[in-house]
Amino acid sequence: MTVSMRRQMRNLPMALVFLLPGIVLFAAFVIGPMLYSLRISFFDWKILNPELSAWLGLENYSRALGDPIFRRSVLNTLAYSAVTVPTQIIIGVTIALLLNQKIRGKAFFRVMYYLPVITSWVIVSLLFEYMFSGQAGLINYLLRDVLAVIDKNILWLADPILAFVPIHLLEIWKGIGWVAIIALAGLQVIPQHLLEAAEVDGAGSWQRFRFITLPLLTPTLAFLFVVRTIGTLNGYISNLLITNGGDPLDKTHFVLTLMYEATFTRLDFGYGSAISYLLTVFIFIISIFQIRLLRRDVEF
Amino acid sequence: MSRRGEKRLQHFITYLLLLAGVVVVALPFWYMLITSLKPQSMIFEMPPRLFPAEVTLKNYTEALGKDLFGLYFVNSLFVAVASTGLTVIVSSMLAFAFARLVFPGKELIFRIFLVGMMIPPVMLIIPQFIVAKWLGLYNSLFGLIFVYVTMNLSMQTFLLRGVFEGIPRDLEEAAFMDGASLWTVLWRVILPLSRAGLAVVTIFTFLYSWSEFPWAHVAIKETTRRTLPIAIALFQGQHLTEWGQVFAASIVALFPIVIVFVVFQRYFIQGIASTGMKG
Repeated sequence: MTVSMRRQMRNLPMALVFLLPGIVLFAAFVIGPMLYSLRISFFDWKILNPELSAWLGLENYSRALGDPIFRRSVLNTLAYSAVTVPTQIIIGVTIALLLNQKIRGKAFFRVMYYLPVITSWVIVSLLFEYMFSGQAGLINYLLRDVLAVIDKNILWLADPILAFVPIHLLEIWKGIGWVAIIALAGLQVIPQHLLEAAEVDGAGSWQRFRFITLPLLTPTLAFLFVVRTIGTLNGYISNLLITNGGDPLDKTHFVLTLMYEATFTRLDFGYGSAISYLLTVFIFIISIFQIRLLRRDVEF
Repeated sequence: MSRRGEKRLQHFITYLLLLAGVVVVALPFWYMLITSLKPQSMIFEMPPRLFPAEVTLKNYTEALGKDLFGLYFVNSLFVAVASTGLTVIVSSMLAFAFARLVFPGKELIFRIFLVGMMIPPVMLIIPQFIVAKWLGLYNSLFGLIFVYVTMNLSMQTFLLRGVFEGIPRDLEEAAFMDGASLWTVLWRVILPLSRAGLAVVTIFTFLYSWSEFPWAHVAIKETTRRTLPIAIALFQGQHLTEWGQVFAASIVALFPIVIVFVVFQRYFIQGIASTGMKG
């Protein structure tokens, strides 16, 4: 490194110039709000007259933990992650493996599989709501008249368990393309000569996958796992639009639809903030735990 | 079976599976498209047809003529383009500082930025609302832009730092020898070499800002400043059964996104590989 270069790179005021716009925005719209929301969570917060807010200590938190609707929403959210993340990763990685061969029309497949990823949550949620509608929905028609596996229409959205069918399917359907693209990028950096050498030595395609591709893809899989887990725990827009957040009988809430309702419908800002803090801490712990667990095998 | 036959069979199965997948992925879109082309009387027809008996553009003319749709489209476009441009600039500057400059507390500051990737964005909405009001950004498209840029900073800075660190330093050294400043090095040397990574940042940020719902829903009350996701959700709420119009509006809203993706997609895989996102 030349002397002038080193001097430039150690120039503190210059570093500040590069950092400042980002830091100012981040402080104003992320760090500041995070701390503010922590404060709100200890109060019975009055949005119009904050100075009249009553200090509650940890009461909002204990109220959430003791609330059966909140507990149910936690289970719903965990089930959502547990079902959709592995399914999405298995299907998405399979598609990436298929696309990573010498085939024609790669660009076409790439665009098609990515189409759901780029479509807004609002649009696809409404679309799935319409497809799963109880009366004249496409899904009921396919199941009843085409496949003949049911004999009368299912009222998907009126049942606290079945309402999750469209919500889970939507998440899987929407996220596969993203998983596939990231996995494809991971596959393309696997050295071709390793696979060729193995083939020359007589390894079949399964063995090549099991002993070369899979181990070298592990960091990518780890990344996908962590990011999708965080993403699904934070999910709520589809639920909000499809079940109006909680219908029927507050049984289908996710943590964040409950938070959304508490805050923006009932204007219970303190309770809403406490709920989101509980979720954030949980996500933080889960992420660190996952990264630790996965790091044992791979270097991040 | 001969080795060639085996290869051919394998190819056949590959195409078969990929096409089956495409059918599953495309079916909902196809259904959305034909619903948008059906007259209202056939929206709840039984059985629902996958190939409409009668095609009309009435849903499009009605949905687009209604509720200032053109204005919402322009609002969305302005917000998405401005947010994407600003995000590229601000996160490039941050990533350059983290990748190349030496200053105290570098890794700590970087880690604080990474926290932004873990927190649920909705949790910030209430205090962001208070901040926006205080700064006079409530009911303003700039309120959306600033928040969108900030919400994207963590991820994009993380990605670009990876890209920049992958660029060999020789070129910069040559530029510094010629007396270039840090700015020149960033704009003239680093960024042109990071095209694929920047394409990824552009796609992600544009998608996010074009489709974001919760913050826009809270931050904009004035009808004329709505963006498309809000307009579509509210429209569906008011016209519960007029699915044809809802989907006509949705399809128009999809266009810019598809264009941005198709234009940038050839850089996409390469770009993701260069960001180090794959692991």
